Amino acid sequence: MSVEPTIRIQQQDFDLAAEVERLTQGRRDIGAVVTFTGLCRDEDGRLVALELEHYPGMAQDEIARIARQAIERWPLTGLTAIHRHGRIAPGENIVLVIAVASHRQAAFEAASFMMDYLKTRAPFWKKEHPADGSQGEWVEARSEDDSSAARWED
Amino acid sequence: MKLVYFSWIREKLGMAEEDVTPPEHVGTVGELLDWLGSRSEAFEKVLEHDKVIRVAVDRVHIDDHATPIDGAQEIALFPPMTGG
Repeated sequence: MSVEPTIRIQQQDFDLAAEVERLTQGRRDIGAVVTFTGLCRDEDGRLVALELEHYPGMAQDEIARIARQAIERWPLTGLTAIHRHGRIAPGENIVLVIAVASHRQAAFEAASFMMDYLKTRAPFWKKEHPADGSQGEWVEARSEDDSSAARWED
Repeated sequence: MKLVYFSWIREKLGMAEEDVTPPEHVGTVGELLDWLGSRSEAFEKVLEHDKVIRVAVDRVHIDDHATPIDGAQEIALFPPMTGG
C-alpha cells in the first residue's frame, strides 16, 4: 500500500494537533509520530517579521518530490509537509513536517530528511524586516544546511 | 519562453518575469545565461554571482548548465533557497 503524502503551501497558519489527528485517526498500526515545527525568530529583537517568497508553480511539486523520496526510503504510514508563505511574525509558525510510522526510527529519520531537503531544495526565500525600519536583507543560505542535506546521500 | 525571477534576482532586475525569444545558437542553460548577460547591464550584474544562481527548467531543478533548453516553456533563476 502506497502512502500518499499531504503537501500544502499556504499563507494561513496550521494547527499541529489537527494535522496529527488527520494522520492517526482510526489507525491502530501507528507506533510513532514525529513532528517538526519551524518558527520565525526575532534574532534578539532585531526583526519584526520575515517575508517568505516562494515559486508558486514549483514549491508544491518540489516538496512532493522530496516526500516521495522519503516514502520510498522509509516504511512510513503517513507524511505531511506544510510550508507557509507571506509575512510571518516572530513566534509564528513557518513550516510543519509530520512523519508517522510503526516504529520511531523511520519517523525520526524521515522527518529530519524532509527538513534538510526542504531547506535546500524547496523554492522559498526569506527576507528580513528589521525592527529599526531599515531596508531588510535577503537571508543568505547556510552551508551547514547543504552539508545536513548531503549526509542523506549514499 | 517565459523567464521568472525570484528573491534578490527579481529585485535587481526590477521585474518578476519576462517573455524572451533567444537566438538559434542558444541551446543550453549556460548559453542562455551568457545571452541574458549580454542583453542588459542589470543582468550582467546579477550574473557576477553566477556561481550561486540556481536554475529550474519547467519547474525542475537543474544542476548542469549544459542542460538543453530546447522546448522549455518556463525557466526560473533564483538564489540558493532559504525556506524551512
